[in-house]
Amino acid sequence: MADQAAVTLLCLFLPFLAAVLAPAVIRAFGHAGSWLLALAPLLSFLHFLTFLPEVADGGVVTGGFAWVPSLNLSFSWFLDGLSLTFALLITGIGTLIVLYSGGYMKGHPQLGRFLCFILLFMGAMLGLVVSDSFLMLFVYWELTSITSFLLIGFDHEREAARRSALQALVVTGLGGLSLLAGLIFLWNMTGVTQLSLLVHVGDGLRESPFYLAALILLLGGAFTKSAQFPFHFWLPNAMEAPTPVSAYLHSATMVKAGVYLLMRLNPVMGATPAWEILLPLFGGVTLIAGAFLAIRQTDLKLMLAYTTMASLGLLVMLTGFGTPHAIEAAVLYLVAHSLFKGALFMVAGLVDHEAGTREVTKLGGLRSVMPITFVAALLAALSMGGLPLFLGFLAKEEIYYALAHGDLRAMLFTLVAIVGNGLMLVVGFTVALKPFLGPHVETPKHAHEGPLLMWLGPAVLAGLGLLGGIFSGIAHRFVSTPMASAVAGELRPVDITTIPHLGMPLLLSVVTVAFGVAVYLQIDRARAMMVRLLAAIGNGPDRGFDHVISGLVRLSVAVTRMVQPGRLEIYVTATFIFLALTLLVPPFVYGELPELPAWPTDVLFHEWAIILLAVIGLFAVLRASDRLTAIVSLGIQGFAVAVIFLLFGAADLSFTQFMVETLSVVILALVMTRLRLSPRDHRPLGQMLFDATIAISCGLGFTLMLMKSTQGPFNAHLTEFFNAYSKVIAHGANVVNVIIVDFRGTDTLGEIGVVMITGLAVLALIRVRPRNPLPQTRVEAPADGDRP
Amino acid sequence: MNTLILRTVAPPITALMLVFSVFVLLRGHNEPGGGFIGGLIAASALAIYGIAYGVSAVRRAIRFHPMAIAGFGLLVATLSGFVSVFVGVPFMTGLWIYPRIFGVELPLATVISFDIGVYFVVLGSIASIALALEEREFD
Amino acid sequence: METLFSVLIGIFFASAIYLMLSKHTVRILLGFAILGNAVNLLLFTAGRLTREVPPIIPLAADVLPEGAANPLPQALILTAIVISFSFFAFLLVLTYRGYQELGTDNTDEMRLAEPKDEPLPPLGY
Repeated sequence: MADQAAVTLLCLFLPFLAAVLAPAVIRAFGHAGSWLLALAPLLSFLHFLTFLPEVADGGVVTGGFAWVPSLNLSFSWFLDGLSLTFALLITGIGTLIVLYSGGYMKGHPQLGRFLCFILLFMGAMLGLVVSDSFLMLFVYWELTSITSFLLIGFDHEREAARRSALQALVVTGLGGLSLLAGLIFLWNMTGVTQLSLLVHVGDGLRESPFYLAALILLLGGAFTKSAQFPFHFWLPNAMEAPTPVSAYLHSATMVKAGVYLLMRLNPVMGATPAWEILLPLFGGVTLIAGAFLAIRQTDLKLMLAYTTMASLGLLVMLTGFGTPHAIEAAVLYLVAHSLFKGALFMVAGLVDHEAGTREVTKLGGLRSVMPITFVAALLAALSMGGLPLFLGFLAKEEIYYALAHGDLRAMLFTLVAIVGNGLMLVVGFTVALKPFLGPHVETPKHAHEGPLLMWLGPAVLAGLGLLGGIFSGIAHRFVSTPMASAVAGELRPVDITTIPHLGMPLLLSVVTVAFGVAVYLQIDRARAMMVRLLAAIGNGPDRGFDHVISGLVRLSVAVTRMVQPGRLEIYVTATFIFLALTLLVPPFVYGELPELPAWPTDVLFHEWAIILLAVIGLFAVLRASDRLTAIVSLGIQGFAVAVIFLLFGAADLSFTQFMVETLSVVILALVMTRLRLSPRDHRPLGQMLFDATIAISCGLGFTLMLMKSTQGPFNAHLTEFFNAYSKVIAHGANVVNVIIVDFRGTDTLGEIGVVMITGLAVLALIRVRPRNPLPQTRVEAPADGDRP
Repeated sequence: MNTLILRTVAPPITALMLVFSVFVLLRGHNEPGGGFIGGLIAASALAIYGIAYGVSAVRRAIRFHPMAIAGFGLLVATLSGFVSVFVGVPFMTGLWIYPRIFGVELPLATVISFDIGVYFVVLGSIASIALALEEREFD
Repeated sequence: METLFSVLIGIFFASAIYLMLSKHTVRILLGFAILGNAVNLLLFTAGRLTREVPPIIPLAADVLPEGAANPLPQALILTAIVISFSFFAFLLVLTYRGYQELGTDNTDEMRLAEPKDEPLPPLGY
């Protein structure tokens, strides 16, 4: 068992490993290196395949390793029907995508980087769906957002790609934060940090007063990731990415992460009024909006992108609908959609690659030159349209079976589903049939069948859609039933077959197909109508995103200019005002003022004299109006300090201070003789009073603080330590020197480092002259006292 | 500032100050003094010489660039700290030896070499600053 | 004694801060030099004042004599003096070079790093 856990762990990290190697492999083997790189997802796929029998029998595969034991965090995974199906889709489609990318981007100088990103994403997505702990789920969730950002912005020299990448990152990143908040809520409400343990919490979660808050936060994460209206706008823009990315991330896997989260939470959070209102509502609106928006597009990829959005809406709607059959329908549709949409995207890329355009109006008659592609496209479109024999048909039958139950709510959603499905069928047929049928249209490139690397993917996925429909028993046994059971939280055997039964669902299917075919025949008029309608509506959330971003930039500029106006005076003034407040407010507020001292009687005459000298020196500096006075008075206060040190038993300090003051006066004199500057105070009276108030407040604050601290008892602990050991252990009689070079030697080492660095800095300042002297921008000085 | 009086007294004063700075440095462990103050005295000595005879005379006299002297000091100080590593005690632990040279017991310690390092850093850095500022006068 | 010093240190800080609030780099520099002394005196006083006797252990003894000064603040201040001096020298040279390059000692006119009418950053992507 431990061996199996180790292999599973390896499989989870295999994509990351391959990602690291990808650039080197591509450099060595060219685009054929993708065969080698595809081994990584393939091996993972085969490993996960071995879990199928166990999971099909209702088992759960778990494993993990301690990560941060002190925080009760573990790196643990949890594979039930839901996770396993996702894992198989990710690794399986991933294998085909890696191969497809090798063909699609053959000869591209950045193919290695591209495959690296794709494999990174695969690792992240795989981690997301098998994660058991909340934290792991969140980390992987954000990793998928980041890799999606990298892939959308892959062609980073185009502004549109950069914008779309940023948009996707902002929207899904904000959603990620919302998810994190929601998970923290869950953790606080239940005390559980693992998804697998949530089930045991039971109804406690639903009855918690924080249920709604947690639900809304979690939905914020799921809806942004799965492009639900009104957060859908990033998904069509994400089509700026190369087609393999669109096929993999933005249809088959990543955008389903939100749906995965909802399905995962359904057993513990579902079946409440809020759940059954919010999910179908947002899902339904997304379905209709996506389907209608898809009609107006003429770009193959954009059409598919909007149908993806619509499909995601349908999945959310079904997940939240609340009946067992709806869950079964969601599960079937999810799998079917991943297969046919992945295939159709790859077909669109293939057509683009071979014919040189994705504009559906400029394509036609490719049937004869690209037969394999045509067959794959046709199979995928039939599955998408929900025609018998295909997996899509099972899904659609199940959808109508779930929805058509008579009451008003069900009828409304049935209508939504019919319109949505019908329009999606139209788009599917447009994508799959229009480029291939009809008279041959001259395309920018001379089209012919693509290479094996490229048609393999769509052919396999489209074929699986057909096989899944025909051998529905096997599909149900190993995939649908375990997955539906995991989502429902109880055993849900799925038994729908592809043989049509007479009844309500079949009737609704026929209505859908008829509606779809009717619109398909009138596609140009429908498109024109949609264009007019959208022009009438005007601004969408996509434009709004631009406004928000530019608003943010302007806001931060305004804030920066307010707190950093670029005038040193203001910074210094603000600093000292806060210093004064810090020193003065607490003593007054907490009554920590020192006692009023008596007139000092223990001060000797010469001490009075030297203190007076220091004060005179200070005032002379303040009042100095020429350079010489300033320098000399500065020297006076400095030497006075040196004498004070000497009088109070600090001989070392006194000598040092004398030397420093002498040197200061010398170098100050050296510089000042060359600076024709007057140290006179230029401030007007009002400004002087203002500054003096700040300065005196600070001074008063220091005085009070020092009085208070010297009035208290003296803690001589450290002094006694140094006193006791200075001679005995450190063999030095001068305690000050012993502290500096021995007890606190490391400190001193740092300090002489600082002295050395200032020496170097001075040297650099003196030596380095700009090669081009900076322009002398003489800014007109504002009038003195002119404060903002 | 290169008056006759200054030019006459500068060499003996400089020499005296340098000797005094070494004296202050070495007695620092037991009497007032030490690396910081010694370094400052030596730097002042060089500054005075520089004022009297010009910076290039000082640079010739001390042979090395002042910052090189400072770098040497930092190296000595750091190595003094690392000596303790070879004895298996923590970084910067003071170690003492008492070799007999010409019959006199001479206490030597890593703390003394550390203080010598401090002396050179202060001497080099401050002298470098002072000389750099004096030098600008002639351009 | 400490009370008198507290007042003296207050005057030191007030003078230093008043000078530093000026627009002119020369006055800021003078203020900085005084601020260093103010801080050193603050540390010195906080370690309590004793007259004359330096913290040096006599030959015959193993510990300091009664009434010796507190060595700890002295050790802190000694390095602080040297460091604030080298920093003072750095600021002095900075002022000097700033005056050479920009032709002013008025900080309001030193707008090279933060120009007055800086345009908006690019709003594109």
